[in-house]
Amino acid sequence: MICARKLSKRFGDKRVLERLDLEVPRGGFVLVTGPNGSGKTTLLRLCAGLFAPTGGELEVDVPRGAIGFLAHEPLVYRELTALENLDLYGRLYRLPERRERAGAMLERFGLWRVRNERAGTFSRGMLQRLALCRTFLHDPDLLLLDEPFDGLDVEGADLLQMELAQRTGVTALVATHDPEALAGRVSARLALA
Amino acid sequence: MSAYAGDVAALARKDLLLELRSRDTVPAMLLFVVSALTIFHFALPSGSSARAETGLLWIAIVFTALLGLTRAFAAEREQSLLDGLVLAPCDRSAIWLGKTIGVTLFLVLAELVALPAFALFFHPLSWELVAAVALADVGIAAIGTLLAAIAAASRARELLLPLLFLPLAIPVVIGGVGASIAANPGSFLAFLGLYDGVFAILSWASFEYVVTE
Amino acid sequence: MLAFYWAPEDADQGFSQKIFYIHVPIALTAYAGFGWGAWKALRLLWTGERRYDLESYTAVHIGVIFGLLTLVTGSIWAKISWGHWWTWGERQLVLFLILFLFYSSYFMLRYSTEPGPRRQRNSAVYALFGVVLIPVSFLAVRIAGTILHPTIFTHEGADLPWQMLVCFLVSLGGMLALAGTLYQVELAGKRADGSLRELRELLA
Repeated sequence: MICARKLSKRFGDKRVLERLDLEVPRGGFVLVTGPNGSGKTTLLRLCAGLFAPTGGELEVDVPRGAIGFLAHEPLVYRELTALENLDLYGRLYRLPERRERAGAMLERFGLWRVRNERAGTFSRGMLQRLALCRTFLHDPDLLLLDEPFDGLDVEGADLLQMELAQRTGVTALVATHDPEALAGRVSARLALA
Repeated sequence: MSAYAGDVAALARKDLLLELRSRDTVPAMLLFVVSALTIFHFALPSGSSARAETGLLWIAIVFTALLGLTRAFAAEREQSLLDGLVLAPCDRSAIWLGKTIGVTLFLVLAELVALPAFALFFHPLSWELVAAVALADVGIAAIGTLLAAIAAASRARELLLPLLFLPLAIPVVIGGVGASIAANPGSFLAFLGLYDGVFAILSWASFEYVVTE
Repeated sequence: MLAFYWAPEDADQGFSQKIFYIHVPIALTAYAGFGWGAWKALRLLWTGERRYDLESYTAVHIGVIFGLLTLVTGSIWAKISWGHWWTWGERQLVLFLILFLFYSSYFMLRYSTEPGPRRQRNSAVYALFGVVLIPVSFLAVRIAGTILHPTIFTHEGADLPWQMLVCFLVSLGGMLALAGTLYQVELAGKRADGSLRELRELLA
């Protein structure tokens, strides 16, 4: 589903990724590990199409709307409520029954109680949960998750594990510092230096 | 309603809701335009011509628009939210159109106060002036939204936007002032309409390129 | 140079009119630079090939140099013809002032954005706006301004003696050739710069 050959990305004079080869088959679950600044986030953004490669080739064999992208930032509007944020994304992704879906997602990640509160009032962990709701809302075929456990408490981490366990056919590329948390699912690892 | 119109409506609605909640932009624009008109009163020697006053009104409008435009992508920029919108399957130009509609509305709101204030402080309005302001709003918002997205990707941001915007706003001022004071306002209004059309199409078509790599 | 010795003197403006052979070709060359830059910008957006960024930038750069020369020669012409260094009635001059401001902002945009695909695309879009701004501003200045400029071509082309036309065309050809050469030299220099930097990085 993702196929990268000699993929390079530079910012000005700074080389972040250098001649990287990567193959993620359909249904594959690949962990990307590496120290800070090793290019994990850059790789995910390249796969999402938010960056253009400086060199090499990158093929992501899935339409833009079928990608679920979890970034460092939750990508939600602070002045909108949890429900309004999901409703906006639901509209943009043209989901049928978007209200029911948004409600179901909020319930699954334990945010139903605060659905009508502004995202700006949320704690870091709640924002991460809301970001996960946004990521999974449209049942993506390809998940690009950047530090999915960041900020989550034990309960939140369990909810995320359950969510991933339910989505059996999904392809995923996950950047994380904590490779043990997902050990059961992983089909391959990529260590960036 | 087509899917494209639905996307645009959802995005424009979101901007209005954000403004309604935070009340960051419109009150600032209102206050700014009224302050500017007050300053102009003292900047103009008494007995100045109606032409000079009208010219200053156009300056006030352009700078008020600029004030609103610097805030246009503020919510998106602070949390790199544009990434989320760009990843959605909708056409990227819908993001531009939704934002342009929002900016136009804010500008119209500011002028709903500014024009009566101008009539009160200086001299009565002509219908040509009002028509010219309405036409100018569209062009200013169309170009300004695109340039705000360009400026947001730079280091200088707030500083860069006026530099990018003002040279492109000169024809608007020429057309606007001409329509307000010339003997043949029709040709100036037609020029403003042409300006709107040309630059709206160009901005619509090129927005995709400024928000993606 | 030919222009100065050979061209017949204009009955109205006399010797000073000869700056026409310098001023107008320079202005047309500036337009050519802006136009070429916009064309390369369009190619960049179309194909995504990085080399067009440098080509577009260089062409705009040349355009701005000739635009500045237009302002200078135009202002000399204004001084000689009307006794003032600057006149708002001179449409071409006002237009070039607008364009000069616009393209100076183009440079500001380039300097204040990190090099990379985003800068290439943003500058390309802005360069495209510039080439659209030219006719729009031309129209704006035309409907707004008083008409002082000797519009030699529009009314009766016949009042231009053939020697004048030849001189004009020779001068225009010379300016375009000069601009073309400058463009190639600049481009070669900038490319060499780029390759040198890459080489240095490879070694580092």
